[in-house]
Amino acid sequence: MSIFVDRNTRLVVQGITGRDGSFHTRQMLDYGTNVVAGVTPGKGGQSFEGRVPIFNTVAEAVTETRANASVIYVPARFAGDAVYEAADAGVELVVCISEGVPVLDMTRVLPYLRERGARLIGPNCPGVISPGQAKVGIIPGQICREGSVGVVSRSGTLTYEVVHQLTRAGFGQTTCVGIGGDPIIGTNFIDCLQGFQADPATRAIVMIGEIGGTDEQQAAEFAKAKVTKPIVGFIAGQTAPPGRRMGHAGAIISGASGTAAEKMASFERCGIGVMKRPADVVPLLKERRVTP
Amino acid sequence: MNLHEYQARALLKAAGIPVPDGEVATTPAEAEAIARRLGGTVVVKAQVHAGGRGKAGGVKLAKDAAEARAHAGRILGMIIKGLTVEKVLVVPAAEIASESYAGVILDRASQRPVFMVSPAGGIDIEEVAAKTPEKILKLGVDPRYGLLPHQAMRLGFFLYRDVAQARPAAVILQQLYRAFVDAGASLAEINPLVTTPGGAVVALDAKIGVDDNELERKPAIAALRDVSAENPAEVKARNAGLSFIKLDGAVGCCVNGAGLAMATMDLVKYYGGEPANFLDIGGSSNPDKVVTALEIITSDPNVKAILFNIFGGITRCDDVANGIVAATSRTKLAVPIVIRLTGTNEERAVQILQQAGFSALTDMDEAVERAVALAGGGA
Repeated sequence: MSIFVDRNTRLVVQGITGRDGSFHTRQMLDYGTNVVAGVTPGKGGQSFEGRVPIFNTVAEAVTETRANASVIYVPARFAGDAVYEAADAGVELVVCISEGVPVLDMTRVLPYLRERGARLIGPNCPGVISPGQAKVGIIPGQICREGSVGVVSRSGTLTYEVVHQLTRAGFGQTTCVGIGGDPIIGTNFIDCLQGFQADPATRAIVMIGEIGGTDEQQAAEFAKAKVTKPIVGFIAGQTAPPGRRMGHAGAIISGASGTAAEKMASFERCGIGVMKRPADVVPLLKERRVTP
Repeated sequence: MNLHEYQARALLKAAGIPVPDGEVATTPAEAEAIARRLGGTVVVKAQVHAGGRGKAGGVKLAKDAAEARAHAGRILGMIIKGLTVEKVLVVPAAEIASESYAGVILDRASQRPVFMVSPAGGIDIEEVAAKTPEKILKLGVDPRYGLLPHQAMRLGFFLYRDVAQARPAAVILQQLYRAFVDAGASLAEINPLVTTPGGAVVALDAKIGVDDNELERKPAIAALRDVSAENPAEVKARNAGLSFIKLDGAVGCCVNGAGLAMATMDLVKYYGGEPANFLDIGGSSNPDKVVTALEIITSDPNVKAILFNIFGGITRCDDVANGIVAATSRTKLAVPIVIRLTGTNEERAVQILQQAGFSALTDMDEAVERAVALAGGGA
């Protein structure tokens, strides 16, 4: 089992012929993801390396291939419209990898999606992988393995680091979700906790947060009230200076709020195991009697 | 990107908001000339991206042009929170009957623009929010429709009882929203919004922070960037597509990915050291970026050891290895370097590095511990 993506995911790639889109489509296909269509306006009727049919619009791709999920690799200035297009075509899950999408665009995109019953993951995220089933995005497949830990993170490579530690110790994953580093995103920690709690195959959860905002604090309160599975968590940016944007648009301490210390204290208070460094993930899971 | 007060004032003025006259000076003589043109008492204000300018002595009242010149002479070149004052704004001293606060931010939690107004203006709004939250009215805006007239009126009446002031305030708030959207701002505030003894509502000070992701499609706003107000190494990094923030420690860090870069800094601290910087070389790194990154790190005299931490996914470890070899063959490193690489093309990377006389580790903790030790414990 898993959350968001699985063997039934029928994926359309928006921006399939671009530099990033083509590279990652190859990787997703090689991983075994069911990529049913690609979209590049003007290239409809062509084929992606003889493996995937290309359409001019997402609507056409969905009609022809019954795609139920989309992944977006288009440049940031086109990303907002690409999300609207996927939602208009009736796609249920939209994963936006593009980095640099204006935040104001997202404030308009999100209510539009919700009215149509679609979920957005991202933007500015590495995507989702359910090991052994489907990889939607850019998370390297070779560092993951099937198992029973659910991983949710605001980061990319830091997620790979933690997943790598898990895999090396024999702890496989049900699903790893990169929710993205922007201040306003489609899917947050609570959405993922809810999913992992409901997923029978997930037996423990790893949360990787960072400075900025209050998403982790709210998720910790939610976990205390609603999640019965053991959770361990890490917060990046313990040494970050206030008022500076640490690479991710959303990673900024404003005033005295959004610090790592505040988030770690809230984890502690709500019964989430606090990792002081990435290498603590396995020992803390074992402490909570989670076995590979 | 933050705008200077004088830039923010100009944007508000362009949106139709009443803003007193005023001009920017870079020399005391210019400040004197502006003060003479304005006539009467003026205020000389330091233009730096820092709060608390008044407390730092960067805002002074001058009763005539000569005094304005003297104040400008003292304020220009002054260092406020590490930033050198290069410009002063000279404005007429306003007669103030009341001061309030009006601002709009992109709110992360509610995922939309939120207005915040308070009749307790002129002071730090976070302090008002903490001590007297009843003096603040917050109102979320549906960005698809903008600030509706009745919403603006509601905010206006929260600030002023008299409709003669509530109505112009409501107009100003709608203009503020327009300016916020047009600038691609994440924050736009007027503090203070004042009433004059004659009853007019006027914006006295303005602050606008722009979402960096908007700059590509808003060249006029991007052109407002003041490079002189930034750390030169950070400017060089940005131009090379790197994300860099200078800190004070001895361990220079070069990492791929923002989250891992922060976690690496944290781990340096965990092992008793202090990071010299935050540096993210980004996803699909080419060897040139690594060369620039090394130039930036080694130009910091505090750096006693360099730490590379690369988790290859999209980033190929061999690209990074080639960059390190290229950079160090040009200029020999004066400080020791510790390289940690794992993931995509790790074996090739290790081979490249070994041929050039470097060794590479695969474990993050081991690498950080070694770098901290080489930097002398960060001391």
